[in-house]
Amino acid sequence: MSVLAPPLPVRRSRKLARWAPYAVLAGSAAFSAGLLALLTTVTIAGLFALTAVSYAVAITTLSRVVEGPRWAKDRLATALVTLAFLLALIPLVSLLAIVVGDGLGGFSWDFLSTDMVGVFGSMTSGGALHAIIGTVYVTGIASLVSIPLGIFTAIYLVEYGQGRLKRGITLLVDVMTGIPSIVAGLFAYTVFLVLFGPAYKSALIGGVALAVLMTPVVIRSVEEMLRLVPNELREASYALGVPKWLTVVKVVLRTSVAGITTGVMIAIARVIGETAPLLMTVGIAQNVNWDAFDGRIATLPVFVYRQYAQGGVAADRAWAGALTLIIIVMLLNLIARLVSRYFAPKGAR
Amino acid sequence: MENHVTATQNAEPKPGRSGASSAADTTSTAGAAALPRTGSSGRLGNRIFAGLSTGSGVLILVILAAVAAFLLYRAWPALTAGADTFAEVDFMSGRGLWAWVAPLVFGTVLSSVLALVVAVPLSIGIALFISHYAPRRLAQLLGYVIDLLAAIPSVIFGLWGIQWLMPLVSPVFTWLSTRLGFIPLFAGYQAPARNIMTAGLVLAVMILPIITATIREVFLQTPRLHEEASLALGATRWEMIRQAVLPFGRSGIISAAMLGLGRALGETMAVLMVLSPGYAINLFLLQPGQHQSIAANIASHLPEAGSTGVDALIASGLILFAVTFGVNLIARWVINRRAEFSGAN
Repeated sequence: MSVLAPPLPVRRSRKLARWAPYAVLAGSAAFSAGLLALLTTVTIAGLFALTAVSYAVAITTLSRVVEGPRWAKDRLATALVTLAFLLALIPLVSLLAIVVGDGLGGFSWDFLSTDMVGVFGSMTSGGALHAIIGTVYVTGIASLVSIPLGIFTAIYLVEYGQGRLKRGITLLVDVMTGIPSIVAGLFAYTVFLVLFGPAYKSALIGGVALAVLMTPVVIRSVEEMLRLVPNELREASYALGVPKWLTVVKVVLRTSVAGITTGVMIAIARVIGETAPLLMTVGIAQNVNWDAFDGRIATLPVFVYRQYAQGGVAADRAWAGALTLIIIVMLLNLIARLVSRYFAPKGAR
Repeated sequence: MENHVTATQNAEPKPGRSGASSAADTTSTAGAAALPRTGSSGRLGNRIFAGLSTGSGVLILVILAAVAAFLLYRAWPALTAGADTFAEVDFMSGRGLWAWVAPLVFGTVLSSVLALVVAVPLSIGIALFISHYAPRRLAQLLGYVIDLLAAIPSVIFGLWGIQWLMPLVSPVFTWLSTRLGFIPLFAGYQAPARNIMTAGLVLAVMILPIITATIREVFLQTPRLHEEASLALGATRWEMIRQAVLPFGRSGIISAAMLGLGRALGETMAVLMVLSPGYAINLFLLQPGQHQSIAANIASHLPEAGSTGVDALIASGLILFAVTFGVNLIARWVINRRAEFSGAN
């Protein structure tokens, strides 16, 4: 230890200032706007694309000069990763904007409270009441089947299941979430074709198709929620002599009820917009059909599809229907998140 | 977590349930009289409840088997029939089943592959942004925002594709076709953009959430120590990601891509609404009227098909079911295996 090591040369690594990226971004936006104005016309899409490219080039060059190649690569990666995220927001924002923009015109109380009886040609009256009722029927039937089935299966997987059966069911539930909706529709169509003949049409068929799609989603989310329940709660309950089934009902389910509600609502939101299976099973109708077990019935997604395909003034009804559908789906999602946020048990967080 | 649960279950005595209540039974012989009754009703309740939940689990398997069985039952006549059986089915235009299905399978795979090529790199970027770049408080919110894309009904994606995306990409396609038209891929574009490329782009947006969510989960599992070790050695953030995060997440990325593939293969409405159909096998990505997918084909022809036509359509649906089932099965198997051996946690 007598020989002191020579002091290491202090590497003076220069870094860009914190505000530098923002300044470069502003500069490249101004540059792009100027260039576009000179050459062609300024459009939002063009401005976005050119700004992204020029920013990436500028920040990489600047960083390479000041900070060296390794940091330049890092800056470039940051720019690209952020760009990827912004790109993903474009469809969402543009979709919401276009649905609200084109849908508000035809969206009114009249639209929600009338059906399509006696609406012909270029008449602008008519609405989606029958389709909304149909959607409630079909989704309701699907929920009646898949919520109990899903919850009980999740209870099996978390509380009872063991060994190969449990592993097999877990795997197949995962695989089932990937069943194409058209195949679920085809299944329901075939079942009723074989059992009741080709003439039978009703909301029930659509409900069965949606139940096939909805059940695995319910199982997945409920299972996740049940796993969050701390084991200490179960053990405390057993120690008090409570039988297992009452422990599940009064402790496990009671603790996770907020999470289960959230999961079920998101599952409903997922299937309420399914179009393809309903297009082929329940068809479309012009009037309100109050009988879930007989006759064609209109549903909101199919209504949107058919009205849009018809074109002309009917397209306005399609956009208004799309707006209605988006509002329903977004509300379901929002309420679901709020439920899980404000009613979650303290222990699960 | 999972091990913990099963461990406590194994520790409990098998018959009926409740070590606790049988312990209560033995003590109650000495004193209390109320306990045995709750014990016996508990045992009956246990049996019913265990039966119900196990039955539900088994019912899931039965449903899945029924899907395959019913489709096979109706498709069997079509699968075994000769080519002349389908002569009067107008949408098959005189072709045999396999000659008719082959272009559909090709169109389905082509549109899905296009979607994957766009969606996978984008998803990796988004997942990285959410897991490693965005401020931690914001990350969960951003995850919800991407998940919102998954909640949007497919018919609305179809409307969006026609109304917003097609006019946007049309000038790009025109440019590609005039400048690079000597490459067959880009030859012969005609507006409007009702071609397989546009359909692939809409599909890409639709499968983005599932791919992103899966990759994000995997990236978040990267051992913290690996990341910190890399940073401590002086790596930049990007170098840390290259050294620690991406190698750890590779199999996750692959299975996420396969999950996305499964979704894209079976997606109906976007293709049905955007694509102008045709029954050719070629790679003219920008030409309308060349391709069609199985799912969109079923949706457009089932309502007016006769009995033989229905059988043929169900046979094509069975093929779609088999392919998506296989793709999903492999993807899930890879994910599950990874979860067991990755050494995370």
